[in-house]
Amino acid sequence: MSMRLFELMLWAAGNTILLSAISILIGFVIGLMVCAAKVSANPFLRIPGTLYVSLFRGVPLLVQLLLIYNLLPAVGIMVPSVVAAVIGLSLCTAAYQAENLRGGFQSVPRGLLEAADMVGMSPWKQLVRIRAPIAFRLTLPALVNEAILILKASSLVSVVGVIELTRMAQNLSASSFRPLLFYSVAGAMYLVICWAVAGGGSIAERMLRTGSRA
Amino acid sequence: MTLDFGLIVQNLPEILAAFWMTIWIWIVSNILAVAFGFAVATLRRYGPGWLGLLLRLFVEVIRGTPFLVQLFLLYFGGPFIGLSLDPIPAGLLGMTVYATAYYSEIFRAGYNAVPVGHVEAAECVGLTRGQIIRRILVPEMTMLVLPQCVNMAILMMKETAILSIITVPELTLVVGAIGSQQYAFVEAMFLLALFYWFLVEVSGFLGRIAEARLSKFRFAHS
Repeated sequence: MSMRLFELMLWAAGNTILLSAISILIGFVIGLMVCAAKVSANPFLRIPGTLYVSLFRGVPLLVQLLLIYNLLPAVGIMVPSVVAAVIGLSLCTAAYQAENLRGGFQSVPRGLLEAADMVGMSPWKQLVRIRAPIAFRLTLPALVNEAILILKASSLVSVVGVIELTRMAQNLSASSFRPLLFYSVAGAMYLVICWAVAGGGSIAERMLRTGSRA
Repeated sequence: MTLDFGLIVQNLPEILAAFWMTIWIWIVSNILAVAFGFAVATLRRYGPGWLGLLLRLFVEVIRGTPFLVQLFLLYFGGPFIGLSLDPIPAGLLGMTVYATAYYSEIFRAGYNAVPVGHVEAAECVGLTRGQIIRRILVPEMTMLVLPQCVNMAILMMKETAILSIITVPELTLVVGAIGSQQYAFVEAMFLLALFYWFLVEVSGFLGRIAEARLSKFRFAHS
């Protein structure tokens, strides 16, 4: 493989990382809202929240992507395929992240909140100072896991024509008749990215742990 | 946009065939992958060191790369090393290899979750390694790993959709093709999504029933 082709693959790997990172971030924000809706006492929030999680976790991402990619133009919204891909990935990961966050918030020890009540902290202050930091620390491993899953799942956006790592490998193998080489290189690049994210995640966990005595 | 759901009724035979294809590949690949996954976990625990290392590498590589890339490598790269497979066998093989890696990790965790004391006690009363695996580890671990296995099987149900990309005539491919022919792709995908959702919810429900039945004795004796 020439240097030029390798550079193309690297560029495509960059697109994969960018696409996944943006989707994870947007998905985190949507996930927070869905999580809040799902644990709400108001049934008009709780039922849609529950339905959202169930739907987006129950439908294959490929079908979601094909649906969103074709639905947007059908209802008159013209966006580039990369935007449709990011929307699809974000909506899907939001459902998983909402569940992770819910688990995190529910695992905050009750005693801490009771203690906060005793010293007269307002509910908002409790959220900012106690519940959110602890929940975040508890959900970090799940978040890293989800990031790795989305990195791998982002290969599916190749079917809607976004040029990321898998699509680039597809194009290059089609033009050079060397699928073994290009798919292996793509696989190796995914592997390196996933290991890097996993490694970064465990470093972050260790750094956050220094703050807690547990 | 008008929703025309008549296209399902008109093409019922093809859709049923595709549904059967999805279910069949899903069941067979999962059964094979559970068996191989258990073998991989057992060999990693009791096998020679070099084999354990090799299997660990296999698991890491499969878990660290997208399923789609694995399928492409198998289906398009395979012929270059003398492995020319039709879409269906390639899909079945790809699914099995992929799921084997994940199931093996579930079983590995299951082995580790069985209390060491139980194994030591079995050794003390003179059970052989085979007996310990069959009579102590496997029965104890089955209950521990069942929820994760159900979870994995449901994940694999959704992964079958990806087989459409290498032209396995399963639900996503067939319903998508019908949708394109009838100029009703969005409706077709919408119905498909609902259908997968239904399948996943039903499998999850059945899985919970199985879990409740298998862990019944836990509460019966306590």
